[in-house]
Amino acid sequence: MITLSHFIVLGAVLFCIAVASLFINRKNVIVLLMSIELMLLAVNINFVAFSRFHGDPAGQVFVFFILTVAAAETAIGLAILVLLFRNRSTINIAQIDSMKG
Amino acid sequence: MPNMNDILILLPELYLVVAACVLLLLDAFMTPARRGVLHWLSIGVLLIAMYLVVAGQPEQTVTAFNGMFVRDRVAEILKVFALLSTALVFVYARPYLIDRKLYVGEFYTLTIFAVIGIMLLVSAGNLLTVYLGLELLTLSSYALVALNRDSSLSSEAAIKYFVLGALASGMLLYGMSMVYGATGTLDLVQLHTAAVHNTMPNLLLFGLIFMIVGIGFKLGAAPFHMWIPDVYQGSPTAVTIFIGSAPKLAAFGMAYRLLESGMGDPSIAHHWQQMLAVLAVLSLAIGNLVAIVQTNLKRVLAYSTISHMGYLLLGLASANSEGYAAAMFYAISYALMGTAAFGVILALARAGFECEEVDDLKGLNQRSPWLAFLMLLVMFSLAGVPPMFGFFAKLMVLQAAVNAGMLWLAIVGAVFAIIGLYYYLRVVKVMYFDKPVEGTEHKPQADVSLRFVLSLNAFALLVMGFCWGPLLEWCKSAFAA
Repeated sequence: MITLSHFIVLGAVLFCIAVASLFINRKNVIVLLMSIELMLLAVNINFVAFSRFHGDPAGQVFVFFILTVAAAETAIGLAILVLLFRNRSTINIAQIDSMKG
Repeated sequence: MPNMNDILILLPELYLVVAACVLLLLDAFMTPARRGVLHWLSIGVLLIAMYLVVAGQPEQTVTAFNGMFVRDRVAEILKVFALLSTALVFVYARPYLIDRKLYVGEFYTLTIFAVIGIMLLVSAGNLLTVYLGLELLTLSSYALVALNRDSSLSSEAAIKYFVLGALASGMLLYGMSMVYGATGTLDLVQLHTAAVHNTMPNLLLFGLIFMIVGIGFKLGAAPFHMWIPDVYQGSPTAVTIFIGSAPKLAAFGMAYRLLESGMGDPSIAHHWQQMLAVLAVLSLAIGNLVAIVQTNLKRVLAYSTISHMGYLLLGLASANSEGYAAAMFYAISYALMGTAAFGVILALARAGFECEEVDDLKGLNQRSPWLAFLMLLVMFSLAGVPPMFGFFAKLMVLQAAVNAGMLWLAIVGAVFAIIGLYYYLRVVKVMYFDKPVEGTEHKPQADVSLRFVLSLNAFALLVMGFCWGPLLEWCKSAFAA
């Protein structure tokens, strides 16, 4: 029997993987975008599971909004990435360090 | 079905959405020679929106779209000052943008969309509206930071802001999902009661912690402040001035809605009061201490922002109407001081000269005594020297903290205010007592509207130091139950 807690654990595991890869990854900015997407999807799993648990559709409506905003967010992220590559010819995170202090 | 009444309640926001789209179209079809009109149109749009906010303000709190959108006194005050500081930003930014060939319609449209996000955020009555308002504000800000497309520093700042901002949104959303799971509602008013009688208090607290992390990120409170210095330094100053003013009002509004409207019951409030107190102490310490070693003026102001957010959190951590009024008063005073401080930098910057370093101000008193005097007023106000506006704002939050029984927090705040004096006074010392460096004798901007409004703004900081009473009463009336 699959219960609510299974879904919550799945969401938590995905969220942790996403946050960990944001901090561990030192190579590529595109991987950062993927982790951000994964983080939002983990939240979506939570929302759908709780929505089903409470019998309240509002949580599922929230998911639609998160998906839409995530698409807009990725579009802006990729646009900034293109700018960065044009100005620096690299998307290596270790080299994005001209401001410090 | 939305009825006419809902639409009337939402009128200022709807008007701004339409106006922003019209401005975008006008920009697309205007000949370059007539583009200058866009600037005045945008300022007019903001002033009309301000009129709509004040004139349409209902006596009692009203809600629209089944409680999604709340129009109360808190939202009114925050909206008025967000619109006012954005109008100031437009006035100060124009010469800078023209000098750097960044005078484009996108700047105005994106900023107005960000302001719509702020207005939605401070009026949110539902977790969904909080999220949407916040994303509208931050997505527009990401694009604004990257406005200078050929600058490598600007795109670096944008990608850092984007990644950390998206992380913060993710944290906030995860917290919201947990809170939703514990209470079964997204509506903030229902959340207030459901939070007390919920069957899963651990889940609720877990969600609360994640939401505090999200709020801390958006405020720029330590230890979630990493993005502030880089974004302030990397983005064009015309954008930094916006990011450093109106969004602070929005962050206060968001914290107030989520924490007080949603989780304000005393049985839960004492949890987040402690968390906010820790954030406040860390922000005060990191902001004031790290600012001392900075040489870049924009970075100094960035760390000063972090310390100011610490004071704002002192007011929020008091978790009573006096504390909220003091925190809102502080946010308003900071928005006005921030616009004035960056306004002076914008007035001094010329094509090819950013006026970013503290050393660039050396001997400013000999070159342009008036601007040096305005900067002196702003620095004194930021430092909290009596009788400036900033002094009374600090006094109010410290008083609120003492009255809420957090004497130790108020003492920490007062000690760091004195430490902070050092780097504000260093700027004054550099302006008045140092010899100018060869090659920095640039003439300041001659734009009349910039000089006139900047003088008004800086003098308002002095005048408000003497008649802060009405504004404080206005703030207090918003929180009087």
